[in-house]
Amino acid sequence: MDEALKTELAKQGIFTTTLQELYNWGRRSSLWPLNFGLACCAIEMIATTMARYDLARFGAEVFRPSPRQADLMIVAGTITKKMAPQVVRLYNQMPEPKYVISMGACAISGGPFKQGYNVLKGIDRYIPVDIYIPGCPPRPEALIDAFMALQKKIDAQQLTGDNRPRHLNAAEPSEFPVPHFGAHDLEPPQNPEVWHPPLVNISVSTADIDESGIA
Amino acid sequence: MNLESLKSEIEANVPGCRLEIVSNPSLSGQHSLLLGPSRALEVALFLRDAEALRFDYCSNVTGIDWPAPTTKGKVKEMGEGFEDDAEEEEAQLTGHLEAVYHLYSMEKKHGPVILRMKTEDRVERVHLPSLTPVWRSADFQEREIFDLFGIVFDGHPDLRRILMWDEFEDHPMRRDYVEPDDYEYEPTAHDDVLRKTQQHHGGAA
Repeated sequence: MDEALKTELAKQGIFTTTLQELYNWGRRSSLWPLNFGLACCAIEMIATTMARYDLARFGAEVFRPSPRQADLMIVAGTITKKMAPQVVRLYNQMPEPKYVISMGACAISGGPFKQGYNVLKGIDRYIPVDIYIPGCPPRPEALIDAFMALQKKIDAQQLTGDNRPRHLNAAEPSEFPVPHFGAHDLEPPQNPEVWHPPLVNISVSTADIDESGIA
Repeated sequence: MNLESLKSEIEANVPGCRLEIVSNPSLSGQHSLLLGPSRALEVALFLRDAEALRFDYCSNVTGIDWPAPTTKGKVKEMGEGFEDDAEEEEAQLTGHLEAVYHLYSMEKKHGPVILRMKTEDRVERVHLPSLTPVWRSADFQEREIFDLFGIVFDGHPDLRRILMWDEFEDHPMRRDYVEPDDYEYEPTAHDDVLRKTQQHHGGAA
């Protein structure tokens, strides 16, 4: 339907909509996050839900203590390799449709612990992430911005066609393999179905390093 | 507190214990007592319970890894220079692990006294007596040393890994630890990390 006509009809007291709009409106307006935090980012997440920042304005005030009742996983904090399987398992236990916000430098990439031996280098190695928020930790405004970005993303989703979201496509998985504790590292160290190393240009000027091996 | 007098006091009260003063030449001058593992528990009990000492608080336990020297020529030179006996020369070659205890007295308001214990090598003979029966606060810290350095504390009530998972086999704080290679994506790589990242991307960027 033509947007201008729709607005005109609304002015006359006639409300028109589509099933897709209603469906997306319902989903984006009641995103219930899973009630868990991993590190200092969780403190900012808690602050976001409190009166000063008031996440309830976005329909996300009900933090559920059970993954069965949650729509949104806010990965707030450092994911140690010892904790990673539990985070993936919690994600698997959430019913579709489900979304993930990767909050803060650690959840995105490992952050300041990236080159340590015991911190997972980003939760996106095992589960698909919808929104990334940089920051150490991100302020509540950043989390609210991520919420609004996620709501925009949900609003734009098509219910049919090739671009339909994962939960409407039976061929797409809703659960992802939980990594196992290995003798030296998590096994596998990442899920190749979910994560591909981003292509970055890591070449440096030859003055910085000896001639062997680098362009 | 004078470490010399403390040493002779312990030796007088715990017969057969091996003690040695390790001096610290730095400005802090925190000298420590190297304790032979065989009578360590008795020495610890004496330090805790003796009327004049009363070291009732173990504030910190930590580990140190002393790997074998890599340059063999240097070892030989040292061995000749100091004329070490066979046992010490072997310890030079294999390296050893060390546990360090910091003791204070809440009651007498003195301290710290620093105790050290050495293992015989870094591979097989890595057992030391646990001092957790004497100072309860050493419990988690000895577990951490067991986890990260691989010292086995005999007599510890609950010796399990505390930070890494049970299936983990390495000891990450040892100097020869090889960390898992998950350097596929390093946006700001440099030095060693840059080299590791390049190996993931076929040798070159």
